Amino acid sequence: MAGKLKIRVDQDKCQGHARCKSLAPELFDLDEFGNAHEVGDGSVPAGLEDKAYLAQSNCPEIAIEVTEE
Amino acid sequence: MSDSASIMPEHPPVTDWVNDFDHTDPTWTENPFPIWEKLRAASPVVHTERFLGCYMPTTYQAVKEISYDTDHFSSRRVIVRDVRPEITARAPPITSDPPEHKPAKQLLLPPFTPDAMKKLEPRVRAICNELIDEFIADGKCDAAARYTKHVPVRAIAHMLGIPEKDGDLFIKWIHGILELGIKDDNALMQAVREMTGYFAGHIEQRRTNPTDDLISTLMAAKGADGQPLGDEHILGSLRLLLIAGIDTTWSAIGSSLWHLAKTPADRERLVAEPELMPLAVEELLRAYSPVTMAREVMKETTISGCPVKPGNMVLLSFPAANRDPAMFPDADKVVIDRKENRHAAFGLGIHRCVGSNLARMEMTVAIEEWLKRIPDFRLDPAGRVTWSEGTVRGPRQLPVLFGKAK
Repeated sequence: MAGKLKIRVDQDKCQGHARCKSLAPELFDLDEFGNAHEVGDGSVPAGLEDKAYLAQSNCPEIAIEVTEE
Repeated sequence: MSDSASIMPEHPPVTDWVNDFDHTDPTWTENPFPIWEKLRAASPVVHTERFLGCYMPTTYQAVKEISYDTDHFSSRRVIVRDVRPEITARAPPITSDPPEHKPAKQLLLPPFTPDAMKKLEPRVRAICNELIDEFIADGKCDAAARYTKHVPVRAIAHMLGIPEKDGDLFIKWIHGILELGIKDDNALMQAVREMTGYFAGHIEQRRTNPTDDLISTLMAAKGADGQPLGDEHILGSLRLLLIAGIDTTWSAIGSSLWHLAKTPADRERLVAEPELMPLAVEELLRAYSPVTMAREVMKETTISGCPVKPGNMVLLSFPAANRDPAMFPDADKVVIDRKENRHAAFGLGIHRCVGSNLARMEMTVAIEEWLKRIPDFRLDPAGRVTWSEGTVRGPRQLPVLFGKAK
């Protein structure tokens, strides 16, 4: 059994494509400029692991990190 | 129109694509994909003496390197043309480099967030249905002339707070700038002058009667120095929004309908599984990316191991990057539910298209409303599909018949 996942958006890389927010709205939010950040502390609730990886693999700027705790 | 004194001689046909490419050649306009494959096989960066010297990165990696390198590559010229006159009409932030770029872009970002687009969406759905009402009884239409063209024109007019009925003027100016302007400087300058005069009038009206639209938002905005933006900056940004907001999305919607007209399996799947739409829109954006940008080389460097010298332009082809098989398996195949899709249709790096959320919303709504009312349609064998030339690629004539083939 894999550990719990954590996501982080690299603010220097994010350019606001908003793909993550569209694919995983439970895990990502946008600021007033449309740039993304993780919801809360970035912990991925059980059942949303696939969405975390889907968002990561669609970010054109490779700005999303997914790590196992 | 060839009465202009500044029009350049017609380009000779291309015989050696690898060393003499030309993105205005009719062969490229008709079907660029095999050409890009040939160029990519030759080198990650190719060069032509045309356009006073121009490189083209052919791989996703090379396009990415250039997009991220604002030190060696300037955005001050964003269209590859036959001429390189002194820069007069800027359009911040698309023509801005760091450090001016960020403050100019941040002014435009808040009105284009996904949440802001949700508020505009009902108007766009209504626009689509008003358009379809006009031709659905005919059993056929030119989908480019009657539908795809008008959706973005009316949507951006609505956002800017200018009359939707002025759309034909906008289309004329954009044709002058993005197509005729590549070879004819007079056509470009005249379109810019007319457009600037048009917006200056709207700015003037709002000085006494402020309105609740994007023009007034820009007029009320403060620059990085805390001062209001000058009229020059506002006019430049308005020109950008109009130019960038119309034939780009017109092209994306048009290419999508073209694909669906000739691919019944994808069309039927989208009708049966509408929840696939978000993935489908991204895949159509990847496979038929409309927008090619440009950079100007400022300092010598290397890109993917290839030397690149100042004095040259760069044709920054996001569409070609998106067909690179090293990045996308089955790159030349439309996989309507493609899961991994880091496509660069809206650019990469700091110049990510400010209107990407608007474009996605318009594409989604325009395809959805069309499929709801015209679930079956096909290319009209008696008609001909034609494509725009140059910087933005999409169908300009798209004759389709409604209903299943007999």
